Parts: sequence; structure tokens; C-alpha cells
Amino acid sequence: MKVKSPLDVNQLLPKTNCGECGEPTCMAFASKLINRDAKLEDCIPLVKEDEEGYNKLAELLAPEVKEITIGVGERAVKIGGDDVLYRHQLTFFNPTALFYDVWDTMDMDELKERVSEIENFRKFYVGEFLTLDGIAIRSVSGDPEKFKETVKKVVEITDLPLVLCSFEPNVLKAGMEAASDRNPLIYGANKENWKEVLELAMKYDVPVTLCSFGDLNLLKSMAITFRNAGVEKLVLDPGTFPSGEKLRETFHNFLKLRRGAILEGQKEIAYPLMGVPATAWLVYEDELSASYWEAVLASLLIVKYGDILILHGTQPHSLLAEVHIRETIYTDPRTPVQVEAGIREIGEPDENSPVFVTTNFALTYYTVESDISSNGIDCYLAVVNTDGIGVEAAVAGGQLTAQKIKEILDEFDFSKLSHRTVVIPGLAARLQGELEDLTGLKVFVGPLDSGRIPGWMEKNWPPEK
Amino acid sequence: MHQEIDINELRELLKKLKVEALENVEIEGDVEVELELPTGINNSLSYALGQELAQIAAHLLNISQFLGYPGWSLSERKELDGGQVPVEAQQIPATLVEEEFSVGHITEWKNKIEEVTLGATSSDGGTRKHTVTIGGESALPYYFDAPMPNPNRVTLDVFDMPIQLAKTVRVNYEDVMHDPGEWAKKAVKEFGADMITIHLISTDPSIKDTSPAEASKTVEEVLQAVDVPIVIGGSGNPQKDPDVLEKAAEVAEGERCLLASASFNLDYVKIGEVAKKYNHVVLAWTQIDLNSQKELNRKLMKQCGLERDQIVIDPTTAALGYGLDYAYTNMERIRIAGLMGDDELSFPISSGTTNAWGAREAWMVSSPLEDDSDWGPREFRGPLWEIITGLTLALAGCDLFMMMHPTSVQVLKELTNTLFGSVKGNDTEISDWITRLVS
Ligand code: B12
Ligand code: SF4
Repeated sequence: MKVKSPLDVNQLLPKTNCGECGEPTCMAFASKLINRDAKLEDCIPLVKEDEEGYNKLAELLAPEVKEITIGVGERAVKIGGDDVLYRHQLTFFNPTALFYDVWDTMDMDELKERVSEIENFRKFYVGEFLTLDGIAIRSVSGDPEKFKETVKKVVEITDLPLVLCSFEPNVLKAGMEAASDRNPLIYGANKENWKEVLELAMKYDVPVTLCSFGDLNLLKSMAITFRNAGVEKLVLDPGTFPSGEKLRETFHNFLKLRRGAILEGQKEIAYPLMGVPATAWLVYEDELSASYWEAVLASLLIVKYGDILILHGTQPHSLLAEVHIRETIYTDPRTPVQVEAGIREIGEPDENSPVFVTTNFALTYYTVESDISSNGIDCYLAVVNTDGIGVEAAVAGGQLTAQKIKEILDEFDFSKLSHRTVVIPGLAARLQGELEDLTGLKVFVGPLDSGRIPGWMEKNWPPEK
Repeated sequence: MHQEIDINELRELLKKLKVEALENVEIEGDVEVELELPTGINNSLSYALGQELAQIAAHLLNISQFLGYPGWSLSERKELDGGQVPVEAQQIPATLVEEEFSVGHITEWKNKIEEVTLGATSSDGGTRKHTVTIGGESALPYYFDAPMPNPNRVTLDVFDMPIQLAKTVRVNYEDVMHDPGEWAKKAVKEFGADMITIHLISTDPSIKDTSPAEASKTVEEVLQAVDVPIVIGGSGNPQKDPDVLEKAAEVAEGERCLLASASFNLDYVKIGEVAKKYNHVVLAWTQIDLNSQKELNRKLMKQCGLERDQIVIDPTTAALGYGLDYAYTNMERIRIAGLMGDDELSFPISSGTTNAWGAREAWMVSSPLEDDSDWGPREFRGPLWEIITGLTLALAGCDLFMMMHPTSVQVLKELTNTLFGSVKGNDTEISDWITRLVS
């Protein structure tokens, strides 16, 4: 990272504390810029009056690794843009984009089904859905017309960003004709075809992947050649060898390229990196082994510096693991994971609805909340401030006590209910007696996992009078 | 960089502006006007259209620029009747630039992680046939900066009584769950365990309240059943664990077992002293907190007089989707601090990877949420959850993995051994991956 302190940034701001950016001081704005919570353009005086300062700052604040956009519109994805080698040093930006493949020898129904499977995959997590990012279209036939048709079809049925995969320039050309308005990523230029691919990237002004499997000298040479020709939207694929010594080398290549870019400021190779875990399917014949190994390769490259991946397996277990490991690595370590404490209404609770107790750890809260609401259960949810600690650890650590639950329930008007009961998490069972004593309420111990609340309700709700 | 305007589009635009320059020009066929930026070479255009038309086109281009198409210059008009080299050939270099890529090593990693040996053979006063050495790194795991001296190791969980396990795990051990010795044997022989962890959970007062003396018989049993090093774990009851571990350490004297665990919520001093007295290694366990890990390690050395090679640390494993982000970053920070010279953190790391089975994605039959996509069979999800949790931490610097599922062990070992460098060969051809995958 070039800038370490807001002081450096402040130096180049107008330093008038005029407040036009929405921040009280230039220094505050500078901190936000460093955290990428604000845009330089928001400092209007700078934009208007100090072109030189603006340019200097823009340069200073530009991420070490180039940021590139694939696709258009709402579903477009950005990749790259990182400034650090370890997430605790700031955060990683632009989660690894996960592209799953289709190919031009699929029949149309198969193609449609697979595209919609990729497009519609969703996994709930902490208040949002984890999804997949795009489609990689492979030319297996080598026939430009066939490829063009497949691309056309995919363009017709989805807005997802695309990667067009072939090493045949004619095929890529045909594909580009069908997707020219979608800003796809071309894959890929190699030692043989680079001239034609360069020409294509120029013609359509789209991002392009440079492929040099296992040879970083060539990769760098291509990157420089392309950049000299004015093509700068580059993605680098150093090759994903799926096993053995070459896999170890693959790992090293990712490390080297990213270290060169971030630590040594080697601009020539400071581009997003592509991994192709799909190569796992070249090693393993049976579906389970291949899908496991693909998830393993994907995780390896998500943890260490892959910015975009092309994958082949869409087995649910692999997809779940892949979206979760990506979320793990790209979650912003700077933001707290708590929600506000208080009593919430979920759905449309009435006098017969239950009162559930939980903690304000975001993961706990959203899990419980979604388990309840997605099952159409109307209720009150009493969220206790446990300093963002989950149920079991908070009971063990003393942040979730009978006294604290009482305090939050004191805010609640039980007279509007037909019952005087609350339900505590199964993992907080040991608080039951004390809570009854403190509140005079009947305290039920719910299931261990909130996913089982619906089943629990069937058996236990409404409570016997 | 490069824009295209169809000449007919231009004509339309001009009509709208009531410009009549093109009215008496015939254009045959589909002609594309190529506009180049920033150099603005119009050679191909003039070549394609013929000079006269090109002049008109130039005029049109000026107008279209006025209409909002990006600017370009016509400064190269003088070449109109010359070269006629197609634009691409001009802009595209004939050969690749030739450059070498290289990158330096990290110079701040000056410190070596402690090397710790678990288990003792007869020459060292124990009865193990193999010992296991972990740690000793001078770089982050598998990095090219320095060779990694010892591979990652796996210790499989064995319990001193049948317990509730996720079904996917249970089916592998059902036949041996009543017999810790047999259980341990199966884990070593069939599932490739480098070590065995015996959990004395029956000692928990709320479970069976087995006495420390009785519980340590199970430890002897396991020591006899297998010849690999072992980890001895209590029940997690902070009042009782120190007594349980003391007795177990005594019966296993000289075997250099890993005692799990010393932590701030129990009498860690006692556990440290016991380890010193009977020659064992202590697992220093803290909850995702680098500073308390430092403090605990310091106290174990200063207060209990443990040698540096008698400490392995467990900074806590939270499962994929359940706090792995904290666990990963905590471990990575600890390891980097150790490499950079913090000797209160430069110890081998162990992970309770088994925690992955606590994640609902690992054990639930299906998603409790209607809006989720199908989760697929849990038999496939569970082991993968354990694998991914483990491999993520392996990349943060974890040396030893406490695990449960045989498939997880196999796959995690395959990956860590590969990255370590002990898997040779396997040159899968990938140059044609685009065309080779067909189903
Ligand atoms: C991550 C973690 C931590 C993190 C906590 C991060 C956080 N923000 O919560 C940290 C590192 C801080 C931590 C610390 C400690 N931890 Co801790 N920790 C864990 C771990 C690995 C995962 C817990 C988790 O996040 N679960 C996921 C969340 C979503 O689960 P949850 O909140 O329980 O919610 C679920 C259910 O409770 C239920 N539910 C929730 N609300 C409701 C409401 C109703 C009505 C119903 C019916 C159900 C329900 O459904 C939810 C979804 O399944 C577990 C081990 C494990 N794998 O489970 C140990 C664990 C919980 N920790 C434990 C301990 C002992 C501690 C410490 C006390 C250790 C120590 N000596 O310092 C400290 C306490 C710190 C504190 N409280 O200040 C023990 C608890 C043992 C016990 N039963 O008493 C565990 C089980 C580990 C172990 N095996 O020893 N821990
Ligand atoms: S708008 Fe610019 S000059 Fe005004 S306070 Fe913000 S940073 Fe400072």
C-alpha cells in the first residue's frame, strides 16, 4: 500500500474543512478515503480548483492491483483492487468472482437449465444471500458458428457477466460478435494467438485474460506488450495445475505475482489473477472426488490471491463451501458484527405469539431471524446485548445472564399478550430457573438450533393454559 | 480507444441535423468507419472508401465528434494515398516484449518457529514406535521463502465412551465406539491418523463423573493399542480437568503426550507443572485472542518453567461460516508475529478442526430456509466442511489438526502434503482444459 496514514492524504486536500464532502474536516475525509468509504470526487473544491492535487491524490489512492469490471449493469462484477497481502492489514476488496462453465456442445435445454441453476443459486448468510457471479462459456467444438450461437443463447437468457473461453481467435471473434454489448472477459491470449486476441480486445475494448501456464516470464512479457498497445484491462492466468509438484508451483506463482504487485510495486503484473479450479476434473474421474478437489483448489486460491475463478462442478456441497470460504476471506474485519439490541417484531405478531430470546451477535441474530421469518412464524424477538457474542460463548462468558434477559424483557409490555411466557435458546438452558425467579414468567427452553423452532412450535405452541 | 460508427448511422444523424453533405454520395455495401483513439489514424478508412469519400467521411467524423462521439484527429491525412497498412497491423507489435519476472524474499521473517516433538521412543524413555515433530518453520506455510521442515499432522479423536456424533461421522466408528483401544487402532490403521486424541469426557461430573484414576486406565489402554503419539484431553470441565490430566500424565510418564488443554479458565499452572514433572507437552488454548495467547504462553514458561519445546498453541478454531474469519486471521497474525520475532507466539499451532461439525451446513439434513438452494446430501457436506475449515487454517500456519472424518483426513493430507512438497510427479496436462472437459 502506498498510503499508510490519513496525514499523507490530508496534505494534498484543500485543508479548508469546508464540509462539502459531508465530513466535518478534511482529515476525517482523508481517513474515509483510505478506508475506501468515500470517493475523491466528493471533495468538490479539489475537483474544481486543484487539478494537480486531484491527480496526485487519485494516483496515490489508486489500488496497487488494478480493478477491472466484467459485464454490464447491475450484475457486473469488479475484480482486483487490493492493497494488502493480509486481510487484517485493511480488508480485501472485491470478493473473488466465481464463474461456472457451460459449453457449446450442450443441447439447448441442458444449457438453459444449467444457466438458470447458476443464476439462481442462493445461500442465506448473515442477513443476505450469497450468490454466484457469472458464466464461463467454453468452446469445445472449435466451431465459431456453434460458439456464437451458444453465446447468443446465453446472452438471451441471463444478465450475468460472461467469460468467453477459447484459444482459437476465430472462435473468440464469433463469440464477441454475439456478446459485444456485454463487456465479457476474453479468455485467453497465449503465446500463439496473442496478436489476434490483442486485436480483438482493442476492437471491442473488453477485458482480456493473458494465459501463460507455469511461465511467469512470458506472462509478464505479454502483460507489458498488451499495456504498451494501450490494452490495460488485463487478467493474468498463471495456470492452475491441479495436482502434484505443479500444484505447489501454482500456489507459489500466485504468491509471487501478488507479492510483486503489492510489496514491490511491480506495476507490470499488478493485475487481477485468475484461477481455474475446473482443472480438478482433469484428474479425477468420479464426480465426488472431482467436486471435492475442485472445492479444495478453489478455497486455496480464494484464500491466497485468486480474484476470479472458473469452476466446473455445481454440486451443492461444493457451491456451499465455495461461497462460504469466499465470504470468510472477504468479510471486512473492520466492521463490527453486532446488531442493535431490543425487542423486534418478526412478521405480524399478535397476543398469542411467542417471545423468543437471542443475542446480538450478527451471525446468531440473522440465523435465528431468518429461521423464524422464512417459516412464517410471527413472534417477538428479544435481542440481548451480549457484546456481539453468540449464545453458547455468551452463556459461558457471562454476557448472557438471567439478569440481562430480565432487563430487556422489562421493556416489554406483557399485558398485551394472552400468555406470560418466553422461550430461551436451548444452549442457554441453564438460565431457565433463575430467569423464572427474576421475572415470574414461565420460561421455556427452546431447541438447541433455531432451525428447529418450527418443529418445536408444532409440539409446544400454544402453551397449555 | 476504439469506436465504430456505421456510415449509415452517421447519415441518419446528419439528416437529423439537416446536414446534406452526403446527399449526393453513393455508398455501396456495408462500410464501417473505424475511429481510432488516441492516435486518430484514418488510413484504413480512407483506404476503404477511396479518397474522395474519405474526405466527406472526415467531415462527417467531425460532425459526429460534435455529436458526442469521442474526439480524434485527422492529422495523418497526408498519408491518405500512401501505405494503406491496415490499422491493426500498425498498432499491434510484431513480437512480444521479452521480460523476466522475479520477486524477492521476505526479509522480516528472521525468527524460527519452535520445533516440538510429540511422543517418545524407547531410546527417549517412552514406548512409541514413531514420534511426530511439528513446527520449525521460517516462513508462512508452503511459501518459497524457506523450506518447511515438517509436514502437517493429523490426530484423530477417540472418546472414552460412546457419544453423540454427527451421523456422517458416526457411521465410521459405530463398530468401535464402545472400546477406545479398538477405536484408536481403527483410526491409525484404516484412516491414516498420525496421532490419537483420547478425550476423557466421561470424567465430567454431569456425564459419568469417572474418577481420574479410572479414566487414566483408558489412557493406558490407548497407549497399548497404538504406537503413535497421543493427545490427552479432559472433559472440558474446568474444575475437574486439572486433576484428570494430572493422573493421566502420571500414568503416561515419559511418553511425551500433548496435554489438552491449559487455559485461563482452569488451573493452568497445575497443568504446566504436571507436564514438566512427567515430561509432556502442553496445549495452550485461548479464545481467538492474540494477546491472551501471548500471556498464557508467557505464564506457562515463566510460572511453570516449561521449556519452549513443551508448548503447542491452540488459538481456537471456529468453523467455516461460524467465525472462521476470526480464527483464520488470528492464526495468521500469530504466525506472522512469531516469524517476525515475537517469541511469545513462535510456537507450533494446533486446530480443533472437528469444530466444523458444529456448523449446521455440516450436519443438518437440509436447509431450514425455504429460500436457500438445495444443500445436497449432508454426507457430502460434512466432510467438505471439515476439509475447508482445516485447509484454510493450514494456510494461516496451523501445524496439527484434530479431526474426525476419514475422508476429511485423506483429502486434507493430500493437499497439505502436496503443498509441502512430498507429493511428486502428477503432471496433468492443462493446456487444453477448455476443450477437454465435456460433461
Ligand atoms: C466463535 C466462538 C467463540 C468466539 C465468539 C465470537 C462471537 N462473536 O460469538 C470467541 C472467540 C470470542 C469465543 C470465546 C469464548 N468461548 Co467460544 N466458541 C466459539 C465457537 C467456535 C462457535 C460459536 C458460534 O459462533 N456459533 C454460531 C452461533 C450462530 O451459534 P449460537 O449463537 O449458539 O446460535 C445458535 C443456537 O444457539 C440457536 N439459537 C440462538 N438463539 C436462539 C433463540 C431461540 C429461542 C432458540 C430456540 C435457539 C436459538 O440457534 C443458533 C443457530 O444454530 C464455539 C464452538 C462451536 N463450534 O460451537 C465455542 C464455544 C461456544 N465457546 C466456548 C467457551 C467456553 C468460550 C469462552 C468462555 C472461553 C474462555 N474460557 O474464554 C469464551 C467466552 C468469551 C466471552 N463470552 O466473552 C465453549 C462453550 C462451552 C459451554 N457450553 O459452556 C464452546 C462450545 C467451545 C467449547 N467446546 O468449549 N468463542
Ligand atoms: S470537501 Fe474537501 S476541502 Fe471541504 S472538508 Fe471535505 S475534504 Fe476538506
